[in-house]
Amino acid sequence: MIDYKIKIENLRKVFGRRLIFDGINIELNSGSIYGVSGPNGSGKSTIVKLISGLISPTRGKVIHTINGNAIIEEKLHNHLGFVSPYLVMYDEFSGLENIEQIMKIRGLKIDYDYVTNLFDEVNLKERKFDLVKGYSSGMKQRLKFVFALIHNPELLIFDEPTSNLDSEGKEKVYKLIREEREKGKLIIIASNEAEDLKQCDTTIDLINYKKVN
Amino acid sequence: MKPLALFNKDWQSELRTRYAINALAMFILVTISVILFSIGSEKITPYLTGGLLWVVIFFSAMSGLSRAFVSEEERGTTMTLQLIASPSTIFSGKLTFNLLLVFLMNIAITILFILLFESFTVQNYSLFLISFFFGNIGIAISSTIIAAIISKASSKGTLYPVLSFPILLPLILTLLELTKFAMDGDSVEKAFVEIAVLISYDVIMGTASYLLFDFIWKD
Repeated sequence: MIDYKIKIENLRKVFGRRLIFDGINIELNSGSIYGVSGPNGSGKSTIVKLISGLISPTRGKVIHTINGNAIIEEKLHNHLGFVSPYLVMYDEFSGLENIEQIMKIRGLKIDYDYVTNLFDEVNLKERKFDLVKGYSSGMKQRLKFVFALIHNPELLIFDEPTSNLDSEGKEKVYKLIREEREKGKLIIIASNEAEDLKQCDTTIDLINYKKVN
Repeated sequence: MKPLALFNKDWQSELRTRYAINALAMFILVTISVILFSIGSEKITPYLTGGLLWVVIFFSAMSGLSRAFVSEEERGTTMTLQLIASPSTIFSGKLTFNLLLVFLMNIAITILFILLFESFTVQNYSLFLISFFFGNIGIAISSTIIAAIISKASSKGTLYPVLSFPILLPLILTLLELTKFAMDGDSVEKAFVEIAVLISYDVIMGTASYLLFDFIWKD
């Protein structure tokens, strides 16, 4: 089994003069689901963006290792699957075209059986040829799970994974998350929803890191 | 080839949305029409038409080439790109897309100039083609990196020509000089210094842009 680790050292993020959090020191290991909780504006999305390398910390660092070898930031996207409400797919392409284009840019060979299977898992099989601009917000959210899982990454980060989803969609997502954990993946869920956080083995409450030095 | 896949994505997207092509086509049409109306029946010198050619090219580039990054930022897909490709892949893919646009745009402008302006006469075609080729590469590289810088700003429309002017000025001045040589029928050897300046500009801008893109792209 692949051993994926994230080591967060003395992490601090400040936007302008506003401190978001400070002094975060945590180690996250594969095979577990970690929750990130906190009230609105506590920095849940900020910390997952920092872990994903989408933004830089004010101080401190996030080190990703796979089987003991550090992953350079330029290559992190190959190991990471990300879902969030602020992630946007290309409206002018169909669901399937979006995934095809993304796979080609990632340099992956398109296995249509695998792709169709993923579309089926998120209940989008019948609508995969439709343009994304015709999708509802819930369907767009489901497509993002295909986007996150298509390259079979070792790290999965879900920021508010069940937003815009109906109860059936939520159940599908929880099932999918459990399946990915069983495969030994490292999963991080940032959410306010009690039901989302129930899936997690450990929850990090960001309110504890709002101290001012 | 990942950059080519990104280029293909942008090209397919452009064919469906006509985000840049329409803006460029309209700009070229309007500018050349305005020049023709303002000239009327006056005879203008070949040097002036050569100068006007690069003025139209500069402003057309300003109207359409920022789209490579601005369209991603406006649609909110910048993060999607960050999650699927490395900065070097993104820069190379966007540069390839802008190269294609610049060549298509400048070929169209030059053909229109040849057809509509009697005084636009080139004596040394090989010199003109060399300047045209390296000039287009320079315009594409500069406009790609400037587009990446301004895509994060709030007043994109104003900032693009303002930032581009000092960066593209040495390139445009060299191209004006080379066009003059080509119109006079001077040899490539005589224009060697200007051609060397043009190629150096492309190499310097290409290297600097490639190295700086990482810093521009993140945050």
